[in-house]
Amino acid sequence: MNESIYTHIDLARNYRNRKITNILMLSLTGVTVVLAIIPLVWITVYVILKGGKYINLDLFTRLPAPMGMSGGGVLHAIEGTFVMVTLASLIAIPLALLAAFYLLARPSTTLAHVLRFSTDMLAGIPSIVIGLFGYAVIVVTQKHFSAFAGGIVLAIIMLPVVLRSAEEMLKLVPGEMREGALALGSPEWLAALKVVLPAAAEGIITGIMLGIARAVGETAPLLFTALGNDNYEIGRIIRDGIHYHQSLGQILGNIFGQPADALPLTLWKYAQQPYQERIQQAWAVAFVLMALALGLNIIARVWLAYRRRKLYG
Amino acid sequence: MQPQITFQPSDTANLAVKMALNNLSVYYKDFRAIKDVTLPVYEHRVTAIIGPSGCGKSTLLRALNRMNDLIPGARVEGEVLLDGENIYGAGQDVVDIRRRVGMVFQRPNPFPMSVYDNVAFGPRLLGLRKKAVLDEIVERSLRAAALWEHVKDKLGQSGMALSGGQQQRLCIARAIAVEPEVILMDEPTSALDPIATLNIEDLIQTLKENFTIVIVTHNMQQAARISDFTAFLSMDDDRAGYLVEFGPTVELFTNPKQKLTEDYITGRFG
Repeated sequence: MNESIYTHIDLARNYRNRKITNILMLSLTGVTVVLAIIPLVWITVYVILKGGKYINLDLFTRLPAPMGMSGGGVLHAIEGTFVMVTLASLIAIPLALLAAFYLLARPSTTLAHVLRFSTDMLAGIPSIVIGLFGYAVIVVTQKHFSAFAGGIVLAIIMLPVVLRSAEEMLKLVPGEMREGALALGSPEWLAALKVVLPAAAEGIITGIMLGIARAVGETAPLLFTALGNDNYEIGRIIRDGIHYHQSLGQILGNIFGQPADALPLTLWKYAQQPYQERIQQAWAVAFVLMALALGLNIIARVWLAYRRRKLYG
Repeated sequence: MQPQITFQPSDTANLAVKMALNNLSVYYKDFRAIKDVTLPVYEHRVTAIIGPSGCGKSTLLRALNRMNDLIPGARVEGEVLLDGENIYGAGQDVVDIRRRVGMVFQRPNPFPMSVYDNVAFGPRLLGLRKKAVLDEIVERSLRAAALWEHVKDKLGQSGMALSGGQQQRLCIARAIAVEPEVILMDEPTSALDPIATLNIEDLIQTLKENFTIVIVTHNMQQAARISDFTAFLSMDDDRAGYLVEFGPTVELFTNPKQKLTEDYITGRFG
């Protein structure tokens, strides 16, 4: 065949069809973007409208009022969330990072494969099952519910989230960077800490924020581990500890050894109660949770953009 | 080895000008990457663009088929004429321009599909469906790219399973399949070994019978070997690329008119 392909093609019609298809597809993507944004906007606006008016200082500084009486706040839940998420982060983040570094340094060993597989499996286990596990292993053994048990369970839930994203971010760092450090005679751990980690820092921090956001929002696993505690107040625990000359260990024991409440847990409990004020407070807590999640996200993004501009101009 | 003298100086008068750059400047936001370049691209000839790293050779090449449009903040001043019409003019169809001015990239980029589908991609895009015709096109393009003998029994194999040199020839076959008028090549052999490089260079000599070729290369010897005309670009003080000298390759390499050209060719900088 020696003639041109254009003797077999109606170019003008082909172009027209492609143009029409292009316009159609672009419009479709535009529509779907709007559809995807609607739920987020709707939920945010709704929660703000319903919960915003019940936000007051009392909410953040007072313990709950006795059943049926008005007033009070959710200080116990705020402190409970804070204590448990901090404990969870202190356990999960170093573990996840170390594991991610191992996957970076020895990616093809059997252990690495087992690690990846188990992480993926763990990520898929429903959080309530993990809570049940925490109940069976910690609560039953200690014979009481505690913030400690809640923190451990949250750590288990956070671990796969942080590990996965940390591994992905470390993989994105060009291998040449790490090899450069090793070629200078640096031991592997130093190369990982001083060269690879800073390069992957932004992404890893984002992963950590995601993990924290997840831990803050978990309710089911705390049902059988932290249980709930209307009187949880760290300030009082510390004051009492000093007053009764308790050791640091005892004070810490009191902070972690008691049952504790958490924001989503409190929300769940209040939403079911017949008292109007409790329901209002539930909406306020929803507002706080949403603000926390959005706030964490926005801070992460702003910080990332600032860092990017500083590094890359 | 003496470079083949493929044309005589007096031929310029009889050569058709396929593309022409008139006072072309390329900007990335406020930064001027290419400053005021004017040069012709003669039909059925190989025009090489040489120059030190970072002087804007690739940017200049990409301006010829409006690939810079893909970069946010990129804009041009001046004209790029294809058969007399400014491709940056209002109402120009970018899609059609890219059909007529094809491109082969530095690193071979075969699509994740079979060899046959790679080459047939372009024609299928244009609406060609008849299998018999597609078969002919694929064979014809692969023959023109000197790849047919290697792959004729393995047309169903993935394009990414070929060696580097073969992948690049596949990309050339893919570009040829839509019968462009001009083929732009951005350092097509810099990622290949010497033997594959020689193969591609021979291929370029045969291709110019049917196409007009513009090739960017950082390898001066390659430019001297395969091109008919050479444009020497350099970077001035505000990091903008500008045209130092343009002329028939033989003249530019044996009798450069600019001192900078002579310095570059003799290796005093670059």
